[in-house]
Amino acid sequence: MTVMGVPKRIKSIKFTLLSPDEIRKMSAIKVITADTYDDDGFPYEKGLMDLHLGVIEPGLRCKTCGRKVDECPGHFGHIDLAMPVIHVGYTWLIKNCLKSTCSACGRILLMDKAIDEFRTELENYEASGRRTIGISNIWRDVVRKASKITICPYCGERHEKITLDKPTTFREAGHKLTPKEVRERLENIPDKDLDLLGIDRSVARPEWTVLKALPVPPTTVRPSITLETGDRSEDDLTHKLVDVIKINQRLQENRDTGAPQLIVEDLWELLQYHVTTYFDNQTAGIPPARHRSGRPLKTLSQRLKGKEGRFRSNLSGKRVNFSSRTVISPDPYISINEVGVPVQCAQELTVPIKVTPFNLEFCRELILRGPEPDPEKGYQPGVNYIIRPGGRRIKVTEKNKETVAEALEIGAIVERQLDNGDIVLFNRQPSLHRMSMMAHQVRVMPFHTFRLNLPVCPPYNADFDGDEMNLHVVQSEEARAEARILMQVQEHILSPRFGGAVIGGIHDHITGAFLLTYRDRRFTKLEAAKLLSFINFKGELPEPMKDGKKEYWTGKQIMSVVLPDGLNLTFKASICEKCDTCLKEDCDKDSYVTIRDGELKTGVVDEKAIGAFKGVIIDTLARDHGADAVRNFLDNVTKLSIASIMNIGFTTGIDDEDIPPEAKSQILEVVLTAKENVDKLVAAFENGTLESQPGRSLEETLEVEAMRILGQARDKAGQIAGKHLGMDNSAVIMARSGARGSMLNLSQMAAIIGQQAVRGERIHRGYKGRTLPHFKWNDLGAEAKGFVKSSYKSGLHPTEYFFHSMGGREGLVDTAVRTSRSGYMQRRLINALEDLKVDYQGRVRDTAGNIIQFSYGEDGSDPSRSDRGYPVNLDEVIENVLGGA
Amino acid sequence: MAGQQSIDALIKRGIKQDIAERLVREGLTLKDLKKAGMSDLEGVVTEEEAEEVLEMVKSSKRPSKVGGKVEPVEEEKADEEEEEDVPPVPEKDYTKTPPLPIEDRMHEPLIAHLSGVLSEKGIVASPALICDLADKLDTLGVKKSHKRKIEKVVDELGRYLEERRIEPMESAGIVAAQSIGEPGTQMTMRTFHYAGVAEINVTLGLPRLIEIVDARRIPSTPMMEIHLKEEFSGDSETVERIAAKIENTLLKDVADISLDPNNMRIIVDVVPEKMEKNMVELSEIETNLMKKRKKFEVEQEGNKFIVSLVEPSYKDLQIVFEKISGFEVGGVGKIERAIIRKEGKEYVIYTEGSNLKDVIQMEEIDIGRTLTNNITEIDEVLGIEAARNTIIKEAHNTLQEQGLNVDVRHIMLVADVMTHDGSVQAIGRHGISGLKESILARAAFEITTKHLLKAAVIGERDRLSGVAENIIVGQPVTLGTGAVELVYKIDKDKKEA
Repeated sequence: MTVMGVPKRIKSIKFTLLSPDEIRKMSAIKVITADTYDDDGFPYEKGLMDLHLGVIEPGLRCKTCGRKVDECPGHFGHIDLAMPVIHVGYTWLIKNCLKSTCSACGRILLMDKAIDEFRTELENYEASGRRTIGISNIWRDVVRKASKITICPYCGERHEKITLDKPTTFREAGHKLTPKEVRERLENIPDKDLDLLGIDRSVARPEWTVLKALPVPPTTVRPSITLETGDRSEDDLTHKLVDVIKINQRLQENRDTGAPQLIVEDLWELLQYHVTTYFDNQTAGIPPARHRSGRPLKTLSQRLKGKEGRFRSNLSGKRVNFSSRTVISPDPYISINEVGVPVQCAQELTVPIKVTPFNLEFCRELILRGPEPDPEKGYQPGVNYIIRPGGRRIKVTEKNKETVAEALEIGAIVERQLDNGDIVLFNRQPSLHRMSMMAHQVRVMPFHTFRLNLPVCPPYNADFDGDEMNLHVVQSEEARAEARILMQVQEHILSPRFGGAVIGGIHDHITGAFLLTYRDRRFTKLEAAKLLSFINFKGELPEPMKDGKKEYWTGKQIMSVVLPDGLNLTFKASICEKCDTCLKEDCDKDSYVTIRDGELKTGVVDEKAIGAFKGVIIDTLARDHGADAVRNFLDNVTKLSIASIMNIGFTTGIDDEDIPPEAKSQILEVVLTAKENVDKLVAAFENGTLESQPGRSLEETLEVEAMRILGQARDKAGQIAGKHLGMDNSAVIMARSGARGSMLNLSQMAAIIGQQAVRGERIHRGYKGRTLPHFKWNDLGAEAKGFVKSSYKSGLHPTEYFFHSMGGREGLVDTAVRTSRSGYMQRRLINALEDLKVDYQGRVRDTAGNIIQFSYGEDGSDPSRSDRGYPVNLDEVIENVLGGA
Repeated sequence: MAGQQSIDALIKRGIKQDIAERLVREGLTLKDLKKAGMSDLEGVVTEEEAEEVLEMVKSSKRPSKVGGKVEPVEEEKADEEEEEDVPPVPEKDYTKTPPLPIEDRMHEPLIAHLSGVLSEKGIVASPALICDLADKLDTLGVKKSHKRKIEKVVDELGRYLEERRIEPMESAGIVAAQSIGEPGTQMTMRTFHYAGVAEINVTLGLPRLIEIVDARRIPSTPMMEIHLKEEFSGDSETVERIAAKIENTLLKDVADISLDPNNMRIIVDVVPEKMEKNMVELSEIETNLMKKRKKFEVEQEGNKFIVSLVEPSYKDLQIVFEKISGFEVGGVGKIERAIIRKEGKEYVIYTEGSNLKDVIQMEEIDIGRTLTNNITEIDEVLGIEAARNTIIKEAHNTLQEQGLNVDVRHIMLVADVMTHDGSVQAIGRHGISGLKESILARAAFEITTKHLLKAAVIGERDRLSGVAENIIVGQPVTLGTGAVELVYKIDKDKKEA
């Protein structure tokens, strides 16, 4: 008995071999006509498209079950083969059987004692319940041992050597065995010997691998397509079956009329070819069967195999309804766990609502809105379809909405359009980790893109240069509950990869927070109120500071408003210069951050505090204050940052990389000395005074040294430039606070770009003896080997540009190669580990019940809840207990 | 910018950005620096900077740990009855498998007491954690006798651990696979990198990670780190001699070999000085050369060997010449190069090529600290547990070197899957995936038809217990919420309503 509402589960699936009898028994019709449709478009009787095999055209009824299209699952037919042929997929089995059994009596060529030994081994194995691979080793040993014996111990018959001539020809001592002979020998093998050959008697007999009857798959499996011109185009399988039947008929006729042996054999071989390619059109050693156009046919094996095959593209991954895809764009004013959905999408996507006595009236109201509710009233979800208790689907239109609403019964299902607050799954490919698919709450919006808040970009790895994302509406109550509890964005702020935040402020959020909190920026009451108006803050303004008579608020005070009470933290900001002796709270660079009871006392809020991957405040909140507290914090802090960056104003441009002329000349000097040094080095190399470093050749020494000198020159130049770019420079603010870019990027723009490298070496490829025709032969100097002394701002010389492009190209190639390689590695990893789960005892087991780990991760703690890898923060534990006491 | 990860890794260690950048540009990564000495940094940074860098890198301590806490006021001054005979243990890095000494520390009074209290309360904590807790308490002056305090701390620890315990039915495998696979996209492909020692090339980045996961028999760049026993490790000359003994020596390295085409012979003139330098005995050359051969005969005249062909031909002469030049006359085999490097007080030998089995049989070697990056070799010589630890270590170092932060627990799980049946299995169709219980899961991975056809003759049954199988047939998977087997039976009377 099945319990109501609980779906049935398939317990297991058993694989067996079909015997010719079974094939005939399950066959709806014996197919003998090698044709499909006649001139009038009707299927031939007993043809490949016979109506007994199922229906694919609307209006017709199946002659076997009497049902219509989509109701009839299709039925198998069969072809009786005039002569038996070998199944290509089982040549290995046939070979094993022939090799290890007697050609006369059919017994395995082993003494009873040896057989018994193997049999006990097999039984032991089965009893131990170990992996199947061990069992196949035993079978292999049986074959190996038996095939060495030359005289049958039972009947004394000589055993000749059997070879397999790929793909399907067997030879005994060079003499060819016909499939018929092969089949006779296989028939001879007694049942009791089969288990030692790896055949389960209850499901298979070896001779069944030599086919006497061929099943014809239902037409539903190989539907023919009608082109626009009215021509019919048959499926590849049908084409192949036509070939099989044609040759089969000819073979039968020739055999029955007593044609010469040679012709019969030729036809037999042809039949073998067609049956072989019907199973697998990529068999090694035979040419693939081709379509008239020259395209190889896609036969059975090809349908299953590979990435586009049935298994990987239709069974492991399935197409779904209730989903939608469009371009994404940012919206900083929605919450991080919301997603903006265009009205068009919302009206197409639906949520099923079961009609009960309690919501009957509500559902009627919904239906009365029709499929396109009046946009004047703001967005309201309408109804697209209702499903009557019998299962009939009724489309709701403007015309029939009143009648449908009237006729609504309890137990019907109303497909309501998406509404604000519905829970949906949002995903961006490639889905490399579980944060690539998170649950968001719907917010229906105008325009045509999905809107998402910026802090969720890092986990999706999304940007807005044309990225598209998918949205799925979950349809069952269970799914909604799971999505809401387990999959919402705020539940995924901490990554299981390293126990830190993957969601956090990016770019302008960090710049904004930095500008707001750096040193003591002051705001008037009006300004403070304006900033806080962005975050829907309802409390009192903090106590103002006083400067003489004037009241003012500091940025740190305003930031403190969004920090939750009870938050205590001390850390060094991203701008920290790591001075030799840390001044702690008195840091003159404002980079020692202290937060006491939700009050930002010192330090600046930057990437280290609120950034994705690094944000310490986010980490702490997510762990100790709960998911909703972080979500709230993130929403607020990002909005406040944006408010502040808008209020304070921020811009960057090429003039941010302006450096004074004296700096330029200093840089030039550095570059020139470096070049001179390289020249000296080259000279030393050429006149043989250069000493090689241990373990390196002379050439290598030169290269390493030159790289070192030029690298140093770049650093020095960068430092000179850096000296002139202070914290009043927007680009520097971004680099130092961690918002975007690095000081290296800046020095490349302002000072020099530096040495270009391909494969980690100076550029050396190109023409004979030189990289470009602009240089002398065998010039080993700086410029000739890819040193770029210009800056991005000043522009590159043609040769420099060329070298720079070479370096850039390597990077592009690298990325392309890397994605495919790491993708495959991840697929293999997932496949190997997908079945592992933690049991109730904290052990890790696979599905076969093998224990992989006795305690997950040796300490049983969850990485996503750990403190960046530490199971617990001991300081916190001790402070909680002893600190208060 | 390549090397950005290395820079980040250095900065994380508390090294200034500009210095880090300079270092990395020199091809020095965190790993190199850990092993580097002052001299290696010469010319790259100033002396003071170098000193600082080395200190920071080697202390293995992460600076600026989050949340420096207000130190609680010490209530009682520590009484001096307990001696500190144990050297202060540096802050443990959880990202590494706990070093051995932890087992030895378990008898320390405070630690023993703590673990006693913990087990009494049924709280499971790793030894490393207990040691750390003991250290922390120790610095606060808490002693074994402060029963009440310790109990409170232990209770709190228990509460924390319980809160952070992994959830039953968690799909630990998928999380681990994703956590290792996802950063793969961020790794560099550049195969070679100078690591450990500047002179030795080692495969790093994604190719190395793939190599580890594939359980390749021989890594593309096998490498050993050989430590010596204390009595040998201090003296550079001794170490050099040992290194020479380890390194492969070819006949041409110790002898002048010349062709004498007029007389159709080859003259091998062994140079005693070279022989001594490479630690080769004459007898070894003798046995190697004097073996009976088909093609040529050898006569010995003191330090001279005269090789003459049985059937003279110029072509053969050349072939034999090359063959003889390449004879291995010294070294343990498979080790192409050995390089010495000073690390702290001792000299360490780094080698290109790996031969653990023979190297650890040399008496000068400190077996406990001698390593190879060849996982199969470790498995064969030291056993499966050692192989597992090597997988963890190698994979973790590879990721770390790229500046990618991945929890060890994920790597452990991969290592455990690869080794749990007692041999090192690759991740992939020849290893773990090929051994899966389910036919459908195997068919869905690779080599689809073969698995299906085979299953039919054996009469195999797919019990649909894994993930892939259930997805294929369209059922909920057996992990997470799908693993819960609770059925709510509706009361028959209420069914009507």
